[in-house]
Amino acid sequence: MCAEHEHKAAQTYQDSGLPRVLLNCTVNGENVSQWIDPTMSLLHFLRHELNLLGTKEGCGEGECGACTIIFNGRAVNSCLVLAQEAEGSRILTVEGLGQEGQLSILQQEFIKEDALQCGFCTPGMLMSARALLDRNPEPEEEEIKEAIAGNLCRCTGYYPIIEAIKKASEREKEASQR
Amino acid sequence: MTLVMEGRSEGAMREAGYRYVGHSPDRQEALEKVTGRARYVHDMELPGMLYAKMLHSPYAHAEILSLDVSEAKALPGVKAVLTGRELPYLLGLYMVDKPILAQHKVRYQGEPVAAVAAVDTRTAAKALSLIKVEYQPLPAVLSVEEALTGGVLVHEDINTLDYVKGVFFPQPNSNIASWHKTIKGDIQKGFAQAELTIENEWRLPQVAHVPLETHVVIVQADPYSPKVKIWSSSQSPFAVRNLLAKAFGISRGDITVVVPYIGGGFGGKAGIHLEPLGVVLSRVCQGRPVKIQATREEEFNQLPTREGLRGRVKTGVTKDGKIVAEEIYFDWDGGAYADYSVNVGRAAGYAGAGPYEIPNIELHSRTLYTNKVFGTAYRGFGHLETHWVIERQMDLAAQALEMDPYEFRMKNLLREGATTITGEKITAHSGCVDQCLEAVAKEIAWTGYQSAAEREKAFKTGKVRGKGLAVLHKAPAMPPNTSTSAIMQMDEDGTVRLLLGAIDMGQGAYTTMAQIAAEVLDMPLEKVKVIWENDTDKNPYDWQTVASKYTFMGGNAVIRCAQDLLRQMKEVAACVLRCPVDELTHGNERIRHIQHQDKAIAFKDLALGYAYQNGTGIGGPLIGRGVYMAEGLTNLDPATGQGLPALDWTYGAHGAEIEIDVETGEIHVLKIASAFDVGQVINRKLAVGQVVGGVIQGLGSALIEGYKYSPEGRLLNPSFTDNKIPTAKDIPDRVVPIFIENPQRDGPFGARGVGEHPMISVPSVLANAVYDALGVNFYELPLSPERIVSGLARQKE
Ligand code: FES
Ligand code: FES
Repeated sequence: MCAEHEHKAAQTYQDSGLPRVLLNCTVNGENVSQWIDPTMSLLHFLRHELNLLGTKEGCGEGECGACTIIFNGRAVNSCLVLAQEAEGSRILTVEGLGQEGQLSILQQEFIKEDALQCGFCTPGMLMSARALLDRNPEPEEEEIKEAIAGNLCRCTGYYPIIEAIKKASEREKEASQR
Repeated sequence: MTLVMEGRSEGAMREAGYRYVGHSPDRQEALEKVTGRARYVHDMELPGMLYAKMLHSPYAHAEILSLDVSEAKALPGVKAVLTGRELPYLLGLYMVDKPILAQHKVRYQGEPVAAVAAVDTRTAAKALSLIKVEYQPLPAVLSVEEALTGGVLVHEDINTLDYVKGVFFPQPNSNIASWHKTIKGDIQKGFAQAELTIENEWRLPQVAHVPLETHVVIVQADPYSPKVKIWSSSQSPFAVRNLLAKAFGISRGDITVVVPYIGGGFGGKAGIHLEPLGVVLSRVCQGRPVKIQATREEEFNQLPTREGLRGRVKTGVTKDGKIVAEEIYFDWDGGAYADYSVNVGRAAGYAGAGPYEIPNIELHSRTLYTNKVFGTAYRGFGHLETHWVIERQMDLAAQALEMDPYEFRMKNLLREGATTITGEKITAHSGCVDQCLEAVAKEIAWTGYQSAAEREKAFKTGKVRGKGLAVLHKAPAMPPNTSTSAIMQMDEDGTVRLLLGAIDMGQGAYTTMAQIAAEVLDMPLEKVKVIWENDTDKNPYDWQTVASKYTFMGGNAVIRCAQDLLRQMKEVAACVLRCPVDELTHGNERIRHIQHQDKAIAFKDLALGYAYQNGTGIGGPLIGRGVYMAEGLTNLDPATGQGLPALDWTYGAHGAEIEIDVETGEIHVLKIASAFDVGQVINRKLAVGQVVGGVIQGLGSALIEGYKYSPEGRLLNPSFTDNKIPTAKDIPDRVVPIFIENPQRDGPFGARGVGEHPMISVPSVLANAVYDALGVNFYELPLSPERIVSGLARQKE
């Protein structure tokens, strides 16, 4: 009777048995070319095919933001995107934020402001913040709240996250002026 | 403008000059978490792993007439199908009442009736759809009123259920899982003295924990022996081990529970949940690892939640505002199984009257079975709920007396020399709730309720403002003989590895313990490493990570552990330096003579034992041990509830300022000031994090959250779409954390716990502010816009 609910939120890797399709895209700057199940979500592709486990699944229904990645410059819930829709796209995940063993300014500010507790929302939160700062380097407080409103966090109460994003915006501005 | 103040300290603050205690070092695991490398059970896969899924009851209460799993079993890829028929086990922390899968009947909509393990989730889900279940629906018990009539029994076998005797009190032939009584003084006499009696009824619904990582386990059960290995997103690895051993009649030694990073708990991951099902499934599958991860819907609808509550209070006061008598009935909507709710009911028995001195009291706390999702521990352990009742009642008492609620509270708060309702004496070192209240009143510039004329005037502008106050207290709810332990080892470069029994689920326990260790050893914090991933085979024992007890208990154990390490180093150093042990001290990572500073040995040269120049060795690898067991607590008298339940009380208060849109009924919170007497802040940044995070979680309970059921008992909002939690757009303009530091003599560096407290009394303070703004009292949560608007409409009539 409740079985219909079971289908929609299956959380781990699943194979539909349909013919596989070829997916070409860039993930964190690397070219990826892989045959995939056509029903697979982008989230499952990242987690199970590429082993990029930083991106989390909190609901599988587009309601929590734990699976947020940057897709062609925009923050999206990867659980709602089919992997095959990523053909030709540029994808950035939490694993691509730091460069050569060096944390990004945003990550550093998350640490300094203690913008994380359990850490489960953190990768998605970082990606929403990154996408915001990329399109709007000096966001107002309300714009920050708006940008992360789709990312649920049960631990922090959001204040330290907002603070970290503000600080990162200031430091990135300084860095770009140098 | 910064949103959150630094977390300033007020009161008897000391200039202790600590190296780490009271400072704000970054959390130890921050790097793993901002790079996406922290691994949760959610992320784990093992070779040969199977995936399990569960089939749920569509009915709140029904007989299972037949269950046909033959087609599901025949589906290729399905490795096991289990139903309650094959699992004759009952589990329970306090009442042994819960099957692994429903047996004979279902007691809530969402209860699992069958489980499948298969090669992938899609096959598992397909198999579920092939299971045929025939139900005979039964009348369901869906409210505390229905539960109390006892016309329909949720547990028809209540008279024969096993339970912890002397601590819990199930009532025969009823839905009362436990009836806890606290009786002090003589309420007859007390009410006879009263010049005014205030009587009210208050309610709040069940509320979900919402950890971002849903419940998840991987279990590998050896088919040839009783050995079981479990990876679980759990707050209670040692409790899981203990309860599993009891349920299956196997040895603790055969069970290993491993907890890596956990994505939030809030009480919902205390106790035991999906683990037993994992064990039986893996066994049937010849020991292949089985992963069970709850979907978000299951998180709402199958796994436990916070109890609902109806509280009825009668308070007798004198004209000058002294409470002389109180009668309280807490009726807990505990859902289908007792789990922690009976203990929540017990905690309400000793703390449910709030931080007030009440000479005559009778308090009844009844945990009731209903046909709803069952209740469990939830951050605050019943105290948010009881303080919703009491802190609203105190404002109504003040209203009836036409007295400033600040003054009224100040007249009745527990202070040095007072006794609690269980007969415990409050001392100068118990903490000061009056200082907390004073601090928040000052912070929001409290001057008393506004007048009716002032309200009237504001009303015309469409936006009305109001202020409110509320206090709180909570002690760890735990057995009187609860204990914890720590082990410390030193490596040859002088690095210390610290093994703890508790879980760090983001509250920062490991970071604060490292600070305490570094403080006692007087060595660099960077050289103290707490071993992540708690493993019951390797880590020393801790009861479980609940109750805001770990800063206190773990902190004391770590202090003793570090002292043990120092003692061992000094003993060896005394031989080498040829001096008595008591002439040695430590500092700068060295053991040195108190007078002759050059007579010294570096920690690292003692780490594996000291080697003389000629190669001879003395001592050996350093392993420190430290334990802490709760001291001086007692069981409570079964008839009167008198006794000593509290290791330490953390007191607090909130002051709030809000603005209400009278058209839409929407509440905008301008400011919440929150003060807690934490004794001593260990990590300021983390303490602030607990306060602001807790306040926002409390805000959810106050304004937005709550389970809704259909008349048949179907949960109507088991998703984020319909069961919202606060987002970044819902937070107050400002939160001001204030720490009062009156040291607890037996706490580590004087500290008390503060993990749960910030969410307690948030609903009460907001409803008190709503009264100030509108002149309307609300008796039920959440304070949704609809409720506010209809309350206003009623008032106009
Ligand atoms: S997992 Fe994608 S939004 Fe929740
Ligand atoms: S840090 Fe736990 S959910 Fe955000």
